[in-house]
Amino acid sequence: MASIRNRASALAALLVLLGLTFSGALSPAVADPLDDALAGFTADKYDDTEKAIQGVVATGAPTGKAILDALAAGRLVFDPESKTVLLKDAAGKLTLAKTGEAAPAELASRPLKTVRANNRVRRAVEAASGAFELQDPNPKKRIDAARAVFKSRDPAALKAIETALATERDAGAKEALQQARAAILLGKADAPEADRIAAADLVAGVGDQDALAALRSLPAGSPQAVKNAADAGIASIERWLSVANAFQDVTFGVALGSVLLLAAIGLAITFGVMGVINMAHGEMVMIGAYTTFLTQRLIHTYLPAIDGASLIVAIPAAFIVAGAIGVMIERTVIRFLYGRPLETLLATWGVSLILQQAVRSIFGPTNQPVSTPDWLQGSVSLMGVSLNWNRVAIVLFALGVFFALLLLLKRTSLGLKVRAVTQNRRMAASMGIRTPWVDAMTFGLGSGVAGIAGVALSQIDNVSPNLGQSYIIDSFLVVVFGGVGNLWGTLVGAMSIGVANKLLEPWAGAVLGKIILLVAIILFIQKKPRGLFALKGRFVDA
Amino acid sequence: MRNVIRGALAAGALAAAVFAGAASAQAQETVKVGILHSLSGTMAISETTLKDAMLMLIDEQNKKGGVLGKKLEPVVVDPASNWPLFAEKARELISNQKVSVVFGCWTSVSRKSVLPVFKELNSILFYPVQYEGEESERNVFYTGAAPNQQAIPAVDYLMKEESVQRWVLAGTDYVYPRTTNKILEAYLRAKGVAQEDIMINYTPFGHSDWQTIVSDIKKFGSAGKKTAVVSTINGDANVPFYKELGNQGVKATDIPVVAFSVGEEELAGIDTKPLVGHLAAWNYFESVDTPENKAFIDAWKAFTKNPKRVTNDPMEAHYIGFNMWVKAVEKAKSTDPDKVIDALPGIEQANLTGGVSKMLPNHHITKPVLIGEIREDGQFDVVEKTPDLVPGDAWSDFLPGSKDLEADWVEKKCGNFNTKTGKCGGQGS
Repeated sequence: MASIRNRASALAALLVLLGLTFSGALSPAVADPLDDALAGFTADKYDDTEKAIQGVVATGAPTGKAILDALAAGRLVFDPESKTVLLKDAAGKLTLAKTGEAAPAELASRPLKTVRANNRVRRAVEAASGAFELQDPNPKKRIDAARAVFKSRDPAALKAIETALATERDAGAKEALQQARAAILLGKADAPEADRIAAADLVAGVGDQDALAALRSLPAGSPQAVKNAADAGIASIERWLSVANAFQDVTFGVALGSVLLLAAIGLAITFGVMGVINMAHGEMVMIGAYTTFLTQRLIHTYLPAIDGASLIVAIPAAFIVAGAIGVMIERTVIRFLYGRPLETLLATWGVSLILQQAVRSIFGPTNQPVSTPDWLQGSVSLMGVSLNWNRVAIVLFALGVFFALLLLLKRTSLGLKVRAVTQNRRMAASMGIRTPWVDAMTFGLGSGVAGIAGVALSQIDNVSPNLGQSYIIDSFLVVVFGGVGNLWGTLVGAMSIGVANKLLEPWAGAVLGKIILLVAIILFIQKKPRGLFALKGRFVDA
Repeated sequence: MRNVIRGALAAGALAAAVFAGAASAQAQETVKVGILHSLSGTMAISETTLKDAMLMLIDEQNKKGGVLGKKLEPVVVDPASNWPLFAEKARELISNQKVSVVFGCWTSVSRKSVLPVFKELNSILFYPVQYEGEESERNVFYTGAAPNQQAIPAVDYLMKEESVQRWVLAGTDYVYPRTTNKILEAYLRAKGVAQEDIMINYTPFGHSDWQTIVSDIKKFGSAGKKTAVVSTINGDANVPFYKELGNQGVKATDIPVVAFSVGEEELAGIDTKPLVGHLAAWNYFESVDTPENKAFIDAWKAFTKNPKRVTNDPMEAHYIGFNMWVKAVEKAKSTDPDKVIDALPGIEQANLTGGVSKMLPNHHITKPVLIGEIREDGQFDVVEKTPDLVPGDAWSDFLPGSKDLEADWVEKKCGNFNTKTGKCGGQGS
């Protein structure tokens, strides 16, 4: 439908254009087609703007590309009085759209209006820019342009594609152009049947969602042979996609599992190792996220040169801030409550409410913007599944934090003391270990790690006072499921919950999927109350 | 457990507020206005703004001399995003504080929770948020949009402007999205959309992992027909949803998302660059260029002393509702709820987008419907505006149970008059 509409409007534009050229030929006094096309921008109506875009392309004017780019960026302006269309560059300098010359000074003082764009106009711009970019000297740009045409299947672009194909030298670009040409031919009812069958095979070879869309939107009344070829293509793509989907579910599951791991790993220390039911754990994550926000803001204002690295700087900052608050909580509240789990639960819950409301009072209840640095944007394609860099980064980061923590507990003197104190407090004390100091450090460590999780979560979730609440239940679930007191259990627990969740979601839905998972975990805990990896031997708790 | 503690905290805060209020109120007789919006908990993100907006409106009215020669006195309570607490706080406002009117609630569940209290104690509630309809109560005035003032025009726009043929109805799992989607599904089916071209998806509150759903939407959109998402996703879950759309490269030019719960306030916390072109349907946008709106925005920024504060649709609803109440009180020459309830239908008040809204006998108001596209600066570009104001319809014409129902508190004194049987009380409450 959309393509039919494009076609219709392209035709209309062409007819208008032809009409104009003829009338232009008859009376040479009439302005050239570019002027007429540009006039469409000044009507402030989307229909006219769309026609104007096609008009500009049809004239092949050298400023055409610049006009389209400016329109897409909201920098195409016009003077409502004299109907002059102007380009405004990023610095606000005005040039005439028609010639590209600097605009007369008096225009700058007029109340200029921006040519508005909606989705329809933006689509038209994208399709039209394709024609210009097909001639770009950079082969990568040409491939992108050909891909855009492949997606839009705009028959108006056929001529441009064929022209580009005739001169194309780059193998990759040539392939992309041929695919784009095939996608158009496939949907072109008046193309020869043999060409269309060949096109169907070529399109099927691309094998992605866009190819599927192209094969599925065959116009009604196509010859049976073409239909058969398209159906065969659809079947082969679907077969491939079902494999890719399973792979995709697992990767999504690993990505979710890493988020859970990050959120839970601090709790694995405070709850798992120390045995403190720490309901304020989520708030430590939240404080880490707010620290990220503040660090980014400070760096942006005072050290804009290292803007891109602000997230890296935020990691130690969040560790220190959340860790310090953790030590404070341990010294003022928790140390009086060791061995009294119910009171600890209530007290830490109270602390979590206080922290939430404090953050709400200081920063306000609304979300705070944390930006994603450029090096985390974009995605990588693996077996037809596109993975975003920030998800990949979270997976790597979660594993990094996990192993660093493991190393710290197993290989350092602090880790040794922590294990000694949690396994036999009195014995450790008699060996000269300052157990209160170790308690404070351990709680600080767990809180600090939660703060680090906040840095990562600020990239994918809201930075709001409620951030922590959404993770506290999941965190406990992971730690209990994996086995209290065992870091490896937390890793395996997080990954299996993540993957199970993502495998259930496609067929059970998000709501039901979560319920099924919770029921399964309840049943599992009934059977194995100490989780996946129960600590063997003596576990002397205070 | 959590509720008990929250309740205790809130009660403590409230007690302090009440004492402070009592001390200052002795000086002069005032008309009390109750403000029932959550200032803590999950809904604080949306409702705190409305509390501030009400304080500003009351402050402005007092500068103009108050009503009936008396100053207005705001009474603020915090129901802490806790639905049962809403009912308790409403009772307290009406019984103990003797407020003449209450402005408040956001979620439908909080409104449903306070309804019996308002009926029993016979007071007035102004409800400022777009909702699922299927309700009309004598004591409640609905200044937000009913589904026919938001959802249906948005779908019409997508059909007309974007030629959408395949629909994803995505929502948070609670009463507003479920009812709205039921109405939309019936409407789409009536427009000839096949069942297999409609995909309905619900997610829990605060859902933050959208990978699977966004990839499903992408798949659903690759059937060769133009696809759009109609989103009734609530509050906080929107930010990760839009982030994931951006991550997976779903652009507004491919699959546009039209949202009913995303406004200027929600966009203030996110990087809007990848969202440019996605749509929202409201009855008000901050970017609407009218003298009334400019004055309102300036007053708001001055009142909050924050030049970055944004305005949004529910704020305008309170603006209209509050001014309507003031006019009704002046018309009735009394703040007595019965007299004000009778005076309100027919009251007209200029809205901020250049029209005049009117309170209808069904306690809903007439509003323009605007469709906006998200701009890079987090504001909306109005791409469509209905030529006339649309009257709010309490009972949807597209649901089998409510088709024949009609609300009329002026002639028939009934919130659910069945036009088929000619009797009051066809269905619902």
